[in-house]
Amino acid sequence: MAEAKGVLVLGEIAGAELSSSSLELLAAARKLSASLGEEVAIALLGDTLDVPAKTAISHGADQVYAVNHPQLRQYHPDLFLAALETLCREASPRIILMSRSNQGRELGPRLAFRLGVGLAQDSLEIALDPATKKLMANRPVYGGNAVAVVSCNATPQMAAIRPKAYEPLAADAARQGKITSFPVDLKPEAARSRVVSVVKEEAKGVKLEEARVVVSGGRGLGGPEPFKNLDALAKLLGGAVGASRAAVDSGWIPASHQVGLTGKSITPDLYITVAISGASQHMAGCSGAKVIVAINKDAEANIFKEARYGVVGDWQKVLTGFTEAVRELTQG
Amino acid sequence: MALKIAVLVKQVLDPEMPVAAFRIDAGTKRVVPPPSIPPVVNGFDENAVEAALRIKDAAGAAVTAISMGPSFALDVMKKPLSMGADELVLLQDQAFDNTSDAFFTAQVLASAVRKLGGFDLIICGRQASDWDNAQVPLGVAELLGVACISLGKKVEVQGAKVVVERLIPDGYEVVEASLPALVTVSNELGQPRYPTLRGIMAATRKRPTIWKLSDLGVAKEQLQPRITLHNLFVPQRSKVCEMIEGDDAADAGRKLAMKLREAKLI
Repeated sequence: MAEAKGVLVLGEIAGAELSSSSLELLAAARKLSASLGEEVAIALLGDTLDVPAKTAISHGADQVYAVNHPQLRQYHPDLFLAALETLCREASPRIILMSRSNQGRELGPRLAFRLGVGLAQDSLEIALDPATKKLMANRPVYGGNAVAVVSCNATPQMAAIRPKAYEPLAADAARQGKITSFPVDLKPEAARSRVVSVVKEEAKGVKLEEARVVVSGGRGLGGPEPFKNLDALAKLLGGAVGASRAAVDSGWIPASHQVGLTGKSITPDLYITVAISGASQHMAGCSGAKVIVAINKDAEANIFKEARYGVVGDWQKVLTGFTEAVRELTQG
Repeated sequence: MALKIAVLVKQVLDPEMPVAAFRIDAGTKRVVPPPSIPPVVNGFDENAVEAALRIKDAAGAAVTAISMGPSFALDVMKKPLSMGADELVLLQDQAFDNTSDAFFTAQVLASAVRKLGGFDLIICGRQASDWDNAQVPLGVAELLGVACISLGKKVEVQGAKVVVERLIPDGYEVVEASLPALVTVSNELGQPRYPTLRGIMAATRKRPTIWKLSDLGVAKEQLQPRITLHNLFVPQRSKVCEMIEGDDAADAGRKLAMKLREAKLI
C-alpha cells in the first residue's frame, strides 16, 4: 500500500445533489488539509454523479472519486461498504471523514472494523495536534454530560462528524478539481439484507429539520392532547412540532418528531420548549438552535441553563397567554 | 432445534441520575460512579431483551444474555433473566476495564459468541448511554461475518429469516435477511416488560456463567485498542437565561411573546 496521504470525505447523495452534511464535511476537511498540506478527496457512490461531483469541487474537494455502478443507485449498506472498502484501500488516505448521518451511523463503524482501525464517533470538533499531526476529535459522551478528546491509533484515522457541527464553505465556481472514475466490481450476493417495503410517516407541513421555528413538548405535557396546542402555535409561527424522547416513548406523538441524540438534529432560529426538562440527550439534538426558549414549572430544570429566555410556571397558562399574544402580533 | 438468540447487554451508570451527581476524575479520565446510585442495564439493551423475549413468546427460543465488564452488580445484571431470558454469561476480568474501545469490546464479545457455539440471531441495543459509541454491535456483526440490520423497531423471525422494521428519518422500512443475523434495536421498539415475581424468583436461582479473558482464547494482538482517550471533561456552559415574569403565568406568556418580538424572533 502506498504511503497514507490526504483527507478522504465519504460523500452522500440526497436526491440528485450532494447532501448538506457532505458540504459540512468538506469544510472540516479543508481545515485539516490546510495544516497537512495535502489534498481533500471525496468519494461519491451512485449512478449519476456529475452534478454532485461539480458541487463537491466548488465546495472544497480537490479530487472526486466517482464510483459509478447501477447497483449503487440506491443505498444498501452492504454494497456501499464493499465499494468503500475497496476505494479506501486503494486511495490509502491518512484521514477518512464521514457524517454521523443515517447512512454514516451504520457505514462508519462497519467500515472501521473492515479496515481494522478506530473511528472517533459523533465528533463535534476535529483538529490536528500541532506536535504529532494526529487527528484529535472532541466527542460528547454520557449523553452530552461530558466531552471526550480521542485520537485513532491506526491509519487511516477515521472520524464521524455530527451533522450541523460544521458550516459549509461558500460555493466557489472557479475552484478546480479532478474527477476520477473509480470502477468497482460488486457482487449482488454481497447484499445480505433486502428492503421489502418502505412506510413513510411524513409529518404534514414544514419539515422539522428545515423549520426556522420549532415548538417542542416533553414529559411534562402529561398526554397527547397538548400537542394540538403546540401544533396551533407552530402553525402561527410557520414552524414545526418536535418532542422529547419521553413524549415519544409515551406514545403521545410519532417517533419522527423526536429531537435529540437518537432523534433528529435541528437548527432553527427559534426553539421553544414546553415542559421539557432539558436532559443532555435532548439538548444534543438542538445544540444548533440559535435561540432557545424554555417554559417549565421547575425553576431548577436543566433547560434553563441552556435557554436564552425562560418562563417558570404552569405550561398551560403560560402557553395560552403566549399563543394569544403571538396571534395578535402576527395577525394584527 | 430451538432458535438460539443472544442479547448483548451492558452495565452502565444510571443515565437518569441527577446532573449534579455527575463527576469526572481528571487523573484517571473516568466518570466516578456515585456510591448511592446503583448502575443499571443500558436502556436500549433492555429493549433488545424485550425484542428477544417477544420472539421467544411467539415462536419459542433460547435466549442468552451476554455482558462484558471489569465487575458487575449481579442483582442488576440478572434483570434480563428475571424478564425471561434463559441464560446469563458474564465476561468478567480486570482486563475489561476499558469499555470505551469499540474494537476491544467487539473482539471479546464476538469470541464469547463463538465459544457459545454461535447464534441464529443476536440482538443489541443501538448504543450504550455511557460512551454513546454505537459501534460495538455493528463491529460484532463484522467480526462474525453475519448479516447486519440496524435501528429496528420491530423484530420477527419467519422461518429461516429475520424481518425487521427499521427506522428511517421519516418512517420505517421493512428489511429481511437470512439467519444468522445481528439486529440493533431502538427505544421505538416499545417498553421493556417488567420482571414478574416468578421471573425474579427463577432468576435468583440461576447462576450466571462467568468467563475470564483467558477462557475466551482471543489473541492479544486482536485486543490492541484502536482509540486513545486523551481527556474527559464536563463542558462549561456560558449561557445566561433571561427570566420573564408577569402578574400571573398567562401574563408571563404574553410578555415572553413581546420579548421575542422585540428580538425580531417572531
